[in-house]
Amino acid sequence: MSDFLRSWLVLVVFGGLAVLLVSAFLGLGSLLRPSRDTPQKSINYESGVDPQGDMWAQSNIRYYVFALMFVLFDVEAVFIFPWATRLEVYDVFGLVEMAIFIFILALGLFYAWRKRLLRWV
Amino acid sequence: MSAVTTLAGMGDRAVLAADPLLRGDIDLGIVGIVVLKVVVAFALLLVSVMLMIWFERKLVADMHNRIGPAVAGPFGILQTLADGIKLFFKEDLIPDRSDRAVFKLAPYLSLVPAFLVFAIVPIGGDFSGDGTVTWFGERTYLQVADPPVGVLFFLALSSIAVYGVMLAGWSSGSKYPLLGSVRASAQMISYEAALGLAIATVFLTSGSLSTHDIVATQVEGNWNVLATGVVPFLVFLVAGTAELNRPPFDLVEAEQELVGGFHTEYSSLRFALFFLAEFMNVITMSAIAVTLFLGGPSGPILTDTLGWVWPILWFSVKVFAFLFGFVWLRATLPRFRYDQLMDLGWKVLIPLSLGWFLLIAAMRVADAEGWPVAPVVVVGLAGMTLGAVLLSGAVAKARAERLADLDATEGVDA
Repeated sequence: MSDFLRSWLVLVVFGGLAVLLVSAFLGLGSLLRPSRDTPQKSINYESGVDPQGDMWAQSNIRYYVFALMFVLFDVEAVFIFPWATRLEVYDVFGLVEMAIFIFILALGLFYAWRKRLLRWV
Repeated sequence: MSAVTTLAGMGDRAVLAADPLLRGDIDLGIVGIVVLKVVVAFALLLVSVMLMIWFERKLVADMHNRIGPAVAGPFGILQTLADGIKLFFKEDLIPDRSDRAVFKLAPYLSLVPAFLVFAIVPIGGDFSGDGTVTWFGERTYLQVADPPVGVLFFLALSSIAVYGVMLAGWSSGSKYPLLGSVRASAQMISYEAALGLAIATVFLTSGSLSTHDIVATQVEGNWNVLATGVVPFLVFLVAGTAELNRPPFDLVEAEQELVGGFHTEYSSLRFALFFLAEFMNVITMSAIAVTLFLGGPSGPILTDTLGWVWPILWFSVKVFAFLFGFVWLRATLPRFRYDQLMDLGWKVLIPLSLGWFLLIAAMRVADAEGWPVAPVVVVGLAGMTLGAVLLSGAVAKARAERLADLDATEGVDA
């Protein structure tokens, strides 16, 4: 295995150990704790009264608009990060290109703003 | 030549290669050191979480003029341990209507990323040299792993943590958790965009995404908080607090509205795991903030004997300052309203960090080209101010028109 991948291997092992640790906690807990289940205990909590209506509610479309905008900005980060680490190599040309890129992106944000997608009523 | 050193050779700045411990041949001793580092990291995290929970309760109690935990151990320092042991003996309930598999998976998705982030944080090492310490005759970094895209790894893990919260709420099959989790996911992804853009400014000065290299470019007090002009640091702090769902951004578990938020239906140990993850994230976010902006473990080494202790001490002091700040915020500020929260994220932090990123980039390019830097900064700042004034003017005008429309239709006197 190349040197390049070794630090990732350590991270994979570290993550595996974290999963094991969590499992060990839960396993130990299941040995120690009592289990006297009654039907009442498995009812959803709704401030003490019996639950009303369907629990699998639908959530508002506003949340998805924000998710879409997040994807936009996250993809943008994919382009910005590598350029940022090699700023001096691309010099003025790179800076102008990046300014245009960010300007177009900002236009998108302002468009969403103007269309009142960012308003939370 | 390995891929890392090839990449490092391409840059015009001196970029350090990967952990010297993992270079070349691997023998049993090296595996032993890696195992030691992993064990130490786990122990350090769990103990510091235990102390952090106690510290938060004690400090908030002090700020409220209460005593706080005082029974278990001296100054109640073992209170967290007592609470943890108690939760081991509590009955574990899974609601009938829940999606059982996802319900059980969610604590893992929350806690494992919290552990993993700590692996990339350099907690010590003499950064006036190459940032290594010598253990058992081997030179090594004081961090579990130093992947070349460490900060990207941090951002990826904080995205995965969103899944933990979202799936926990969704799989409960209950109203309050579902509301809490959709709130949480919208809030966390909104602020993650701002967080990423604030960090991008750090890459301009460090020229690398590896946490070790980022610290190595901040030696001798040349901290990124000043090199990037303070604003990205503040954006990072606000976005980080929101990402952690800490007060004043704790709408995810706003008790008065949502009971417990996404973990309402969780009990016993599974609840404890969410709690653990939350406080672990506070510690790792502080550690990441210190690494990115405050020079990590760099600081003066005052004695020759036991010199490796000093960087760890400086690192701990800096992290502690952040932890104190988080608790202070909780004791001081009231909770944001959800629309205010979203407005702050999308309409203030993201445009501000985008503009500031371009400003710092222009400044550095001007510096490299030999142009005078001051006019570039003045023009950039003037442009940003002009943009902000135009924008707030347009917003104010739109608002006035909207209110006028409302008055016209509703028949209220303006």
